[in-house]
Amino acid sequence: MDMLVVDLSRWQFAATAMYHFIFVPLTLGLSFMMAIMESVYVMTGREIWRKATLFWGTLFGVNFAMGVATGIVMEFQFGMNWSYYSHYVGDVFGAPLAIEGLMAFFLEATFVGLFFFGWDRMSKLGHLVVTWLVAFGANFSALWILIANGWMQNPVGAKFNPDTMRMEITDFAAVLFNTVAQAKFVHTVSAGYVSGAMFVLAISALFLVKGKHVELAKRSAVVAASFGLASALSVVVLGDESGYVATEHQKMKIAAIEASFHTEAAPAPWTVLAIPGADGEPIWSFSIPWMGGIITTRSLNEELEGIHELVDRAEDRIRTGVIAYEALQQIRADGTDTAARAVFDEHWADLGYGLLLKRYRADIENATDAEIAMAAADTVPDVWPLFWTFRIMMGLGFFFIAFFGLWFYRASRGWIDTNKPLLWLTVLLLPTPWIAIESGWFIAEFGRQPWVVEGVLPTFYAASSLNVLDLVLSLSFFVLLYTVLLVIMVILMVRIIKAGPKEKLFTPDDEDDFVITTLPATPATKELVS
Amino acid sequence: MSTIPLDYEALRLIWWLLLGVLLIGFAIMGGRDLGVGALLPFVARTDEERRVLLNLIGPTWEGNQVWLVLGGGAIFAAFPPLYAASFSGFYLAMIVILLALILRPVGFKFRGKISDPRWRATWDWALFIGGFVPALIMGVAVGNVLLGAPFHLDDTMRIFYTGNFFQLLMPFALLAGLVSLGMIVTQGAAVIAGRTEGVIAERARTYGSLAGLVTIVLFALGGLWVAMLNGHVVTSVIDPNGAINPLAKTVELVPGGWLRNYGTYPWMLAAPVIGFAGLALAVLSLRSGLKLLALLASSAGIFGIISTAGLSIFPFFLPSSTMPEAGLTLWDASSSHLTLFIMLLVTAFFLPIILVYTAFVFRVMRGTVTTESLGKNPNAY
Repeated sequence: MDMLVVDLSRWQFAATAMYHFIFVPLTLGLSFMMAIMESVYVMTGREIWRKATLFWGTLFGVNFAMGVATGIVMEFQFGMNWSYYSHYVGDVFGAPLAIEGLMAFFLEATFVGLFFFGWDRMSKLGHLVVTWLVAFGANFSALWILIANGWMQNPVGAKFNPDTMRMEITDFAAVLFNTVAQAKFVHTVSAGYVSGAMFVLAISALFLVKGKHVELAKRSAVVAASFGLASALSVVVLGDESGYVATEHQKMKIAAIEASFHTEAAPAPWTVLAIPGADGEPIWSFSIPWMGGIITTRSLNEELEGIHELVDRAEDRIRTGVIAYEALQQIRADGTDTAARAVFDEHWADLGYGLLLKRYRADIENATDAEIAMAAADTVPDVWPLFWTFRIMMGLGFFFIAFFGLWFYRASRGWIDTNKPLLWLTVLLLPTPWIAIESGWFIAEFGRQPWVVEGVLPTFYAASSLNVLDLVLSLSFFVLLYTVLLVIMVILMVRIIKAGPKEKLFTPDDEDDFVITTLPATPATKELVS
Repeated sequence: MSTIPLDYEALRLIWWLLLGVLLIGFAIMGGRDLGVGALLPFVARTDEERRVLLNLIGPTWEGNQVWLVLGGGAIFAAFPPLYAASFSGFYLAMIVILLALILRPVGFKFRGKISDPRWRATWDWALFIGGFVPALIMGVAVGNVLLGAPFHLDDTMRIFYTGNFFQLLMPFALLAGLVSLGMIVTQGAAVIAGRTEGVIAERARTYGSLAGLVTIVLFALGGLWVAMLNGHVVTSVIDPNGAINPLAKTVELVPGGWLRNYGTYPWMLAAPVIGFAGLALAVLSLRSGLKLLALLASSAGIFGIISTAGLSIFPFFLPSSTMPEAGLTLWDASSSHLTLFIMLLVTAFFLPIILVYTAFVFRVMRGTVTTESLGKNPNAY
């Protein structure tokens, strides 16, 4: 097991996923807002709403292209970099991924072309249906991806089959209605809606502050403020639900997020801020009594287990895991060994814990106490990055409620363009939903370490047997290409925003609509001799 | 699982067929856009001409690419060991394909946003690479499958690949790559010839018929070459209803073994016949300006060629050159009985719906694309 290959594979997955998730939330949010604006256009017949749909649609298109470009990598990477993972859980994990393609991505990708090219080829209502289909396609896509991801956090409805050496589905409905997946789905898409709302609001605020495109900006701001408020509320409520279900299924993640090293007497306090000491445990903290117990267990009498206690339990599970592993070896050697099968059936749920020892030796049945202790200590994720990113995410989540609440109130009073400082602040706040969203994914995935599938498969054990050169090449290619494309995308978006929405659409001579002609002049010839 | 109404053997066979449908679906649908990309610098020489081509495929290429995404997802869901072995084994080749595919969505979208000729020329190259490279490398990968990939398995089903990127570029594999490129280019040319006018359509007919003829010759050459290659033959008894375990079988290498299926099942010869006939008809219809027939014939050619490759290696998916018994077949690399069944239900429900709305979108966007028709839409490329 080359740990450098594992680390580089993790970096590559993190980098490509986090890049991909710059564009996905905006697609989720903006597609719904476009559908809402176009619905208003179809209902009222007022041209300004179509203009707004088209303008936001142009920005949506640039973002969508980046989402597609970075998305295809995500699907192939499981097999490329995580081949043992793909074999080990593909029977369960592959299904939602394939269903995502069948049910969602096909819908979204087929109709997105019609969204852009179908304006003059369809009836008003027909085009509106297309826009809604794109929005639903994007959101269904998120549903299936989060069912797949939810299973990695809480692997229900599956059992290890010693004959095939992998996890296999036993209950598909359990995979679908996994509480973790459902909570994550609504939390994640709502976060996407917040980013879409902030995007529209910030650009509208910029228009208002400059006194440009005021009619379009005002209307867009109203839609964004109401959509944003509803979404921000939903993010926080469902985020709380996510935390609650994680307490049930991922105790270590919660303990790490809360930097709670020792089990606290119920109801536990909630640590707002803390300063870590040399041994990693807090030397100073500011806590609100009872709050932690209420948030994580929704009760005043349930204990919240601490990291040290959870490590002790992991150690027990590792020892059971070794028993399961030995039984598995016997079954692999002789498939008719019913005694071994009985032992395995009793202990299989801890097999993954046994595999944690593979980091220290191949023959894990001979592991020493010291190695078992090290493997148990490995079950603790890096506490402080989780502690802080969680507080950043949560702080922003509450801030968004207040912020969109304020905008919603002012919009309902008709005070949209009256406060310049607020408008400027709104422009500056544009990146904040992305900070919260990327933090959220970091908490979800980094907080799950050392597991790629919680309690089932250690991350280091899941990687492909590639070499370092493969990974160095691919990681640098991806980072380089993605960064170049991201910079170009931002430049294009700025140009589109500067050019602003066009006054007239579909006049025969507006070929250069949304085409910017401000690059340095060159001997412009039609002949492109290359 | 006695409650599953279809037995394991039947489901494995159905999924082998469905995988073929999806991959052929991608080659026919996605091949349109890859082919147009590969022809872009040659068929269209001015900015306006290139815009005609980009707007010809612009409204539908995203949907077409989902055939590839779905193909990948279906391999993952229905044959996880195959997904694991092929995607990690051909790692750098996959990276090259991905980097090329990444250039496409941004190329379409970014190109038209700035009218500077250097900007547009840059993205024209990106779109050319995005079409040419995947069409070639995917064929090279298929060629390597016929040669056997250098991988082995351990007892825990972990895959170890011992080859490298440059070993993929064997003469036979390059030949397979050119066959793939040739058929995709023919398809792209048929699309262009079918829906454009004037000089673009003229050039497409020329390049397309040339590509079609070259593909016929190379495909025939490939057939002769395969007769000399070692084919893999399972020599132990296969249990088509058994739990997956690739290492349980024994495999023998037989010269010309990849042609044995055609002796056992003569009906399989229909596949190469359709491949040759389709391409020949495509060339003839391109020459005589029969638009729809050219596209249908070219699609039939693609169907025939890919089917030939799939049927030749049946029941193998991915033979191993370094540990032949580790080669993956549809019987020992599939998902569980229950997963195959659930995925079949889902596919049987959604695939017809997908075909209906895809046909609808193509109908809405039908018609000839000309320089004049470009100006009206602000979202045109």
